[in-house]
Amino acid sequence: MESKVVMEPGLASTQTKKETVDLSRRLRPGELFIQALLFLSGAISILTTVGIVYELGKESWLFFGDPEVSIVEFFTSTRWVPAIGHFGIWPLVTATLMTSTIAMLVALPLGLATAIYLSEYASPRARSTLKPILEVLAGIPTVVYGYFALTFMTPLLRSIFGDDVVQIFNTASAGIVVGILIIPLVSSMSEDALHAVPDTLRQAALAVGATRLETALRVVVPAAFSGIAAAFVVAVSRAVGETMVVAIAAGAGPDFTFNPFESAETMTGHIVRISGGDLSYNSIDYNSIFAIGLVLFFMTLGLNVISRFVVARYRETYE
Amino acid sequence: MNSYNSHFPEGDELQAQIDRRHRSGLIGRSLFLFSTIVGIIALTALLYNVTNQAFGFVAVENEREPELIVREYEVSAGIVANIDAPTPLAELPKDALVSILAAYVSDGVGRRLEREQRFYTNYLIFESEETWTDICASEEPPEGCSGSPRSQENVYRLVLERVVEPDVVQSWSLVDSLFNRDEILAEMQEKYPSAGLEFRSWLTPSFLTSPQSDRPELAGLRTAIFGSIWVIIITILFSFPVGVGAAIYLEEYARDNMVNRLIQTNINNLAGVPSIIYGMLGLAIFVRTLSVITSGAVFGTVDPTTANGRTILSAGLTLGLLILPIIIINSQEALRAVPSSLRQGSYGLGATRWQTIWYHVLPAALPGILTGTILAMSRAIGETAPLVVVGASTFITFDPDGPFSKFTVLPIQIYQWTARPQAEFRNIAAAAIIVLLVMLLTMNATAVLLRNRFSKRLA
Repeated sequence: MESKVVMEPGLASTQTKKETVDLSRRLRPGELFIQALLFLSGAISILTTVGIVYELGKESWLFFGDPEVSIVEFFTSTRWVPAIGHFGIWPLVTATLMTSTIAMLVALPLGLATAIYLSEYASPRARSTLKPILEVLAGIPTVVYGYFALTFMTPLLRSIFGDDVVQIFNTASAGIVVGILIIPLVSSMSEDALHAVPDTLRQAALAVGATRLETALRVVVPAAFSGIAAAFVVAVSRAVGETMVVAIAAGAGPDFTFNPFESAETMTGHIVRISGGDLSYNSIDYNSIFAIGLVLFFMTLGLNVISRFVVARYRETYE
Repeated sequence: MNSYNSHFPEGDELQAQIDRRHRSGLIGRSLFLFSTIVGIIALTALLYNVTNQAFGFVAVENEREPELIVREYEVSAGIVANIDAPTPLAELPKDALVSILAAYVSDGVGRRLEREQRFYTNYLIFESEETWTDICASEEPPEGCSGSPRSQENVYRLVLERVVEPDVVQSWSLVDSLFNRDEILAEMQEKYPSAGLEFRSWLTPSFLTSPQSDRPELAGLRTAIFGSIWVIIITILFSFPVGVGAAIYLEEYARDNMVNRLIQTNINNLAGVPSIIYGMLGLAIFVRTLSVITSGAVFGTVDPTTANGRTILSAGLTLGLLILPIIIINSQEALRAVPSSLRQGSYGLGATRWQTIWYHVLPAALPGILTGTILAMSRAIGETAPLVVVGASTFITFDPDGPFSKFTVLPIQIYQWTARPQAEFRNIAAAAIIVLLVMLLTMNATAVLLRNRFSKRLA
């Protein structure tokens, strides 16, 4: 519709001076060229995805093609010792699950409670001071959180539980700090969801005599459930992909353990440690991190797709 | 509370129930408030922890005491010294410092220092004229053959590093230093009787301007700061035009068809991909596949020290891909907020689509776009994991001088220092964190100012 008006050749020439006529004529291939350029910019994002899948897939293919590696062992064995040819991803996966679970235990209750407070209780003035603080928390680089985990959280845990129980590198400390790191993510996404609940629902609940707490927990939170669930899933995906905190504080060495006070290496931590050294291409170490990366990519992608599905499927819509 | 259905309390019972509900309401409210405050406590603890480590007492043991060095020099040079007010080492003239250096370091070390940078323009201290002419005529002459001679300050640094050799044997945190002074003094007497106690701020001007070193007392951030600036420039040169272009395409041109929906979904998904995956993409594509371009070989400017693609260019492009989805999504929001009456007015006057976008839509959306871009940049400045994977150098002491040199950046430096076992590296890591946080704070404040200023003018 718009393009019709723009492309009408007679319009410009009859109404305006000569130079404008030239301008419109000359620009038409230019307009197309610009549109093509802009489309290319958009297509770069597609190329990025294709590049990720292709490169991860190619190197993983080489990895599984290696005679030392069997795909069955990769997904079932609990030993990851590249030096003697053991490539079982479970020690890395369990460490990732440990840190993510601990992180979610911290971030979900705190993040949701913060969101409820900000959206249902806080005065506009309190909100305008609290929200920027949370944004600052969200803007701090993860390597700083890693430093915080190693030099603050670990000594704190060790002074509570004892030096002989808590190792210097442990998944508990890393997990708690990852949890703190994703509180702002959970709270801001949940708060958006709570905000989307129409005020009439709150007013109706208050009018029949519900207290504020009852209104919040029994009316507003259920009404915003899809958004909150999506926030949780995105937070899990963020915790799984978090790298620097676990690389610094969780330990270096793939150990199969479920003790949160022992050191263990997550998938991301392992990738960082291996690629931090001088890595020669075409070595099995080089290929192996891409196989781990592929697993990681599909885990986070799956979580993000689930989150979008949850929103689409369970969204309550109001007038 | 299921009893509501069958039984309605009255009188005292009703009052008791209401009280109970109000009590639990109060408890709930306090719990929510407490959770909110936990976030603030965490932030405070983090800042406290960093400050605590960046300042404090240190016990320094010198290999050779500066006063003795000065006296020895004065005796050997036949200078009559003023016993009451001896000249501090730092104020000795350059000639004196050079002769002190020559007296203490081995010839091998001296020759190496001279090759890095000469001491005087017209004569040599450690090398003989013949060898010097030879090595300068060789195919890869060292830096010293061409550069300017060392300054007094530079030589003083060398004397400190090579002759005085101060060594921090122990460091204490700020809180300890302030409140447990006596205990620290007692501990000092017992463990390091020969050491001197001084209060040290690890964050000093020379910390910002010194290159890297494997001694925490002498290490600095210079290379990392330059590296960060170079990388961020490349990042922004790539991702700003591409990101804004993609946003314009999606908002102003794209019809609702399969391809465009795919692009949109894809961008949303990319925003959720962990940053380390981008690092692996960068390693495979920019460092390995395109190493001819990213190492600069194609332009003939290959740096002899960088034979591969682990360069600033690779790092910048990787981070560019990483923040691209953020820039696109933010710019889309800014473009969507431009009222369509503006576009229609422009079309009504006969402007083409691109003219409308360029002269009317973009200026109106610019504050939003810039704010989003600065926030994305601050994300890129703090990113560590992808750059470790792409291959930041573990140890470089020279300033990066272009997109094809090796690099290290601030967060990488913090990571490497944090990973060292010695406590002093934790101290300088804390100081580096302060520098990084100040940098980020400045950028975010700029973003807010920009937004406020421009939105007023265009509203």
